[in-house]
Amino acid sequence: MKRRTKASAAAGSGQSNLAELPEHSSDSPLSIHAMTVAYDKKPVLWDVDYDAPRNRLIAIVGPNGAGKSTLIKACLGLVSRASGEVEFWGENYREVRSRIGYVPQRESVDWDFPVSALDVVCMGRYRRIGWCRPVSKRHRQVSLECLERVGMRDYANRQISQLSGGQQQRVFLARALAQEAELYFMDEPFAGVDAATERAIVEVLRELKSRGKTVIVVHHDLQTVPEYFDDVILLNMRVVASGPVEDVFTRDNLHKTYGGRLTLLSEAAEAVARAASGRK
Amino acid sequence: MSVGPVEFDLARDLFPLAAGVLAALGCGLLGNFLVLRRLSLMGDAISHSVLPGLVIAFLVTSSRGSLAMFIGATVAGLATVVLVEAVKRLGRVESGAAMGVVFSVLFALGVLLIEVASARGVDLDADCVLHGQLETLVWFSAPDHLSDVALGDLLRAVPQEVTTLGIMVVVVLAFLGLFFKELRIAAFDPALSTTQGFHAGIMHYALMVLVAFATVASFEAVGSILVIAMLICPASTARLLTDRLRTQVWLSAAIAVLTASGGYIAAAAVPGIWGKEEVNAAGSMSVFAGLLLAIAVVFSSRHGVVVRRLRQRRLARAVVREDLLATLYRASESGRPGTAITTLSEGRAPRLVRAAMRVSERRGDVRVADGRVVLTDRGRRVAKALIRRHRLWEHYLVDEAGLPPDHVHGTAELLEHLETLPPEGPQVDPHGREIPGDG
Repeated sequence: MKRRTKASAAAGSGQSNLAELPEHSSDSPLSIHAMTVAYDKKPVLWDVDYDAPRNRLIAIVGPNGAGKSTLIKACLGLVSRASGEVEFWGENYREVRSRIGYVPQRESVDWDFPVSALDVVCMGRYRRIGWCRPVSKRHRQVSLECLERVGMRDYANRQISQLSGGQQQRVFLARALAQEAELYFMDEPFAGVDAATERAIVEVLRELKSRGKTVIVVHHDLQTVPEYFDDVILLNMRVVASGPVEDVFTRDNLHKTYGGRLTLLSEAAEAVARAASGRK
Repeated sequence: MSVGPVEFDLARDLFPLAAGVLAALGCGLLGNFLVLRRLSLMGDAISHSVLPGLVIAFLVTSSRGSLAMFIGATVAGLATVVLVEAVKRLGRVESGAAMGVVFSVLFALGVLLIEVASARGVDLDADCVLHGQLETLVWFSAPDHLSDVALGDLLRAVPQEVTTLGIMVVVVLAFLGLFFKELRIAAFDPALSTTQGFHAGIMHYALMVLVAFATVASFEAVGSILVIAMLICPASTARLLTDRLRTQVWLSAAIAVLTASGGYIAAAAVPGIWGKEEVNAAGSMSVFAGLLLAIAVVFSSRHGVVVRRLRQRRLARAVVREDLLATLYRASESGRPGTAITTLSEGRAPRLVRAAMRVSERRGDVRVADGRVVLTDRGRRVAKALIRRHRLWEHYLVDEAGLPPDHVHGTAELLEHLETLPPEGPQVDPHGREIPGDG
């Protein structure tokens, strides 16, 4: 009741503070309220509302063009929002930059760039290092340890074009670790990786969870959702459903999300069946 | 000048050489980030589209005073950068097309404006923008010997073009020194850069402002052809020689200085060989820059054509050697321990087979006696591992990839030579042959 009053007060003053709206809380690492994103007047995301629970591994799934990557980019201010608000722990993105890590899609960068794997991981430290200062030995050491955690220490001095796709993805992951964030966004980290890398990524995800972090991952493999993730956001321009995998990852919701495309649906049905027959 | 060593004439050579080196250095350094961001054409665009800026500045102030010219050119340079971004976004074309459109239109506008201006009886020359006027930087009161130069005289005599270039180089060095890390992350991963608070768009504009500044400072002395060459060639050459950005930047600086001085000397010396007059120094420097790039393309130890060809040849020979050992192994499996060289040559280039046999014999993998080839123990071990890989791959292709057994030999024949090992499998391949054990 009390929160309701606060909310109306906020609405009355014309100042929107999400934490004071009844459906959002400042505990949440990520609160999205009524967010709409459009490319050339064509909406990609429409009126998205979402509160991320703390310390969970969260998958964003949905068909191609559902706006999965856009959701992440809009939260981070990389694409502009037509309307709506995004808050992190009840604060503006600018205030909490250093607590948020980001792993872009692997294809988004030029892997012929003349840098070593270690150089790339060090980029995760730049925020901490600050403007105009060189990368110190200490930061380099931390970056090396991050490479170690993804099993890539031996490749630290390799030029990045000499790495396989899976190894490149692990370098990106090590860079995210080097950011030492509390909330991570990862855009399709499992896309086109080998089995060893997939295992390494899952291990890192679990380790991050055990350290109390929250990770939001754009994921395309429905089969592994129940195995790898705690929560799921089913997205198709709007949030079709969101919440714990066991409650939300249902045949019915997937049908709504994927619009009855049979191949995907049968794949999903299988996953749902497995999820239902005792997970973990 | 006659044939023979070129003499360094203080009055004639000091300032043109200094201007060339400084322009090359500043543009060469900035070029690294243009080349990496695939924006090499930006230098071309800016250096052409300064023309209307110059003409407008002239028409407005009715003087050829250098400050007015400089401001006009800088404004035009920045306008190019903004226009290119706008055309890219609004016209939805890739950046190369956007730059092409903008600079050709602006250059044409400049030419039209010149016609208007010359109708009023003024002379302005578009050629000047392209070739520069390096040769006019003469030190009339220069002493005969370098040792006679007094610092005070020298400083007073420095032409304003050279001073401007000096300032430009200092600014570029300071910019790269301070923001090296930020430029690197913004060029490599703009999204991450922006999320970390180093706004990639702002870094892009900062870089472009510097490019515009360097271009404008340089073209009056050296002309836009050299500016374009220096924005692209030293960085591209350096890129072929190293895989580290920092090393690349240093190398590009060295290459730029080498290019400018080498080109300058060549301008005087090379035509002399045919008893001709010396040629335009800026043009000669540009040619020299292209020459160095060509040499790097052919001979670079990492990406060079020669090295790549050698590597391919070595690989091809290794594959033939392995295939021969495998053939011998298969023959001995079916109870024919020795094989005639002529049999081995079937379907292969005889020259390659002979070379492979020589190397294998030297390594102690095979023995050749009476025209027949036999595997040694060592050769048998190598061949066994190869056959094992081949048959495991066949098993994998049938079992996991679902190919019919009579379709897998060719693919396995390629896969067996890879470093990547096949997954473990049974002891018998899809054709019922034994898969030899490990070791």
